[in-house]
Amino acid sequence: MSIVSVAHLNKVFEREGQPPTVALADINLEIDEKEFICLVGPSGCGKTTLLRILAGLEKPTSGDVRLDDMPIAGPDPQRGMVFQEYSLFPWKSVIENIAFGLEMKGVSKQERRQVAEEYLDIVNLEQFRDAYPHELSGGMRQRVAIARALANNPRVLLMDEPFGALDAQTRNVMQKELLEIWEETKKTIVFVTHSVDEAVYLADRIVVLSPRPGKIEEVINVDLARPRDRTEPMFAELRKYILRRMEEGASVR
Amino acid sequence: MTADMDNKKKNQLRRILIPVASVLAVILLWQAIAVYIIDNPFTLPSFTQVLDAFYRNLFGPRGTLTKDVVISLYHFAIGLSAALCIGIPAGIAMGWFRTADQALNPLVEILRPIPPLAWIPFAIIWFGLTHASAGFIIFIGAVFPILVNTYTGFRNVPNVFIEAGKVLGCTSSLGQIKNIAFPSAIPEITAGIRISMGVGWMCLVGAEIFGAGTGRFGLGKNLWTYYNLHQMDSVVVYMLVLGFIGIVLDIIFRHYVTKQTVRWQGQEM
Ligand SMILES: Nc1ncnc2c1ncn2[C@@H]1O[C@H](COP(=O)(O)OP(=O)(O)O)[C@@H](O)[C@H]1O
Ligand SMILES: [Mg+2]
Repeated sequence: MSIVSVAHLNKVFEREGQPPTVALADINLEIDEKEFICLVGPSGCGKTTLLRILAGLEKPTSGDVRLDDMPIAGPDPQRGMVFQEYSLFPWKSVIENIAFGLEMKGVSKQERRQVAEEYLDIVNLEQFRDAYPHELSGGMRQRVAIARALANNPRVLLMDEPFGALDAQTRNVMQKELLEIWEETKKTIVFVTHSVDEAVYLADRIVVLSPRPGKIEEVINVDLARPRDRTEPMFAELRKYILRRMEEGASVR
Repeated sequence: MTADMDNKKKNQLRRILIPVASVLAVILLWQAIAVYIIDNPFTLPSFTQVLDAFYRNLFGPRGTLTKDVVISLYHFAIGLSAALCIGIPAGIAMGWFRTADQALNPLVEILRPIPPLAWIPFAIIWFGLTHASAGFIIFIGAVFPILVNTYTGFRNVPNVFIEAGKVLGCTSSLGQIKNIAFPSAIPEITAGIRISMGVGWMCLVGAEIFGAGTGRFGLGKNLWTYYNLHQMDSVVVYMLVLGFIGIVLDIIFRHYVTKQTVRWQGQEM
């Protein structure tokens, strides 16, 4: 049974003095439990908008968006989110950041420390427990952000180009770690990226979006065995195929 | 290695010696000019006369310096705490709620440019010759920097912090103010308080000179009394004490409050 279901979703941004932007047009998508989904597409095709609607931070113009068959009405700890920009609270230490969601739930101090330590361990940052965000590298900050989202034990983890600002090497390390975390926690993940390489490395299924209006170009099953090898011919082929589809989608309009 | 350490020691010595020498030179020059050139304690009391006056003001039978310091600090405390109690909540309301901003903004913009000392007549009429009337003037001077900085701090809370809070379950307005906006605005708020303390301390002198307060004690009040008595050596004493306390207040504040935020900001303010 699918955990997230999106049916006939449309999103139009109206701004005064400007023609309305159709950010998303008739999006239909079913996401299964424990699935790793990547949304790829060129900048401006509505990836962030779709993710924000799933998070409840943005309201659809029309259509039906559900989690566990319940309509998504607003932001809720059921859906964890890792933002593209750094979103850690600078006035809180690493461990306090991770415990924030539990604090909001009213979990006792002792218990939330304990749970937060667990997730600190999962992202391998034990020695930075009491550091402040400004003392961490970009990769570490996003690892804390992942731990913070997971500590709430959400049904779905939404990630918006979380590694977009990192250098190539750190990025590859982070991708590997994310897959380990995914295997360890068995979460459903919806991951936005504009890097086809990243999508092919991570996803069970890749949703290719095309811009203006943002719509689904194709949904591709990635049947490559894990752990994946970027140098494998199948990997390169799939990457090439998706890039071609994205170019077609862009030139059709 | 040893040469290096020698150099370091030399530098440290210079860092202390040069300022001390400079102050000593100015004092000597002051003394010389006052005694040999001006030779008139009304126009320019000499350094030794000021020292003597300081001793008399502190320990002499007619000296009131200690009492003046206490009373002025009392006026200051009244004004500053009132400014905190009103400035911070008002700044929060205006920074967070659109309606509060629209309702209060014109009021603030009309009142803010009025120089605090222009309120003295009403301070005296409303509060009489009490400590509260002096406190009121200090309040007027101190409330706006606190209010404006709190407002700006709340306005500048990065949206991503609010949204991160929302998806982590911090959904009520009150919860967001308390858990996200306020801590995020703390650097701006503390900067506002620091400005307010400076402005408040300046207003104190004017308020007391112009008669707000009980009219007996206060650094500003008795600075003026000594002027009327033509005891300019004591006037200099009071000027220096006012400056000294102003700096000490700022240092204490920086030490205890700013240090906390520097920890997570990772930079000096
Ligand atoms: N808050 C908004 N107001 C108006 N237009 C918006 C807003 N957010 C996004 N858009 C527009 O919607 C389209 C999709 O944006 P976005 O979802 O951010 O794309 P992506 O994340 O794929 O780069 C863009 O054309 C963008 O300009
Ligand atoms: Mg985006």
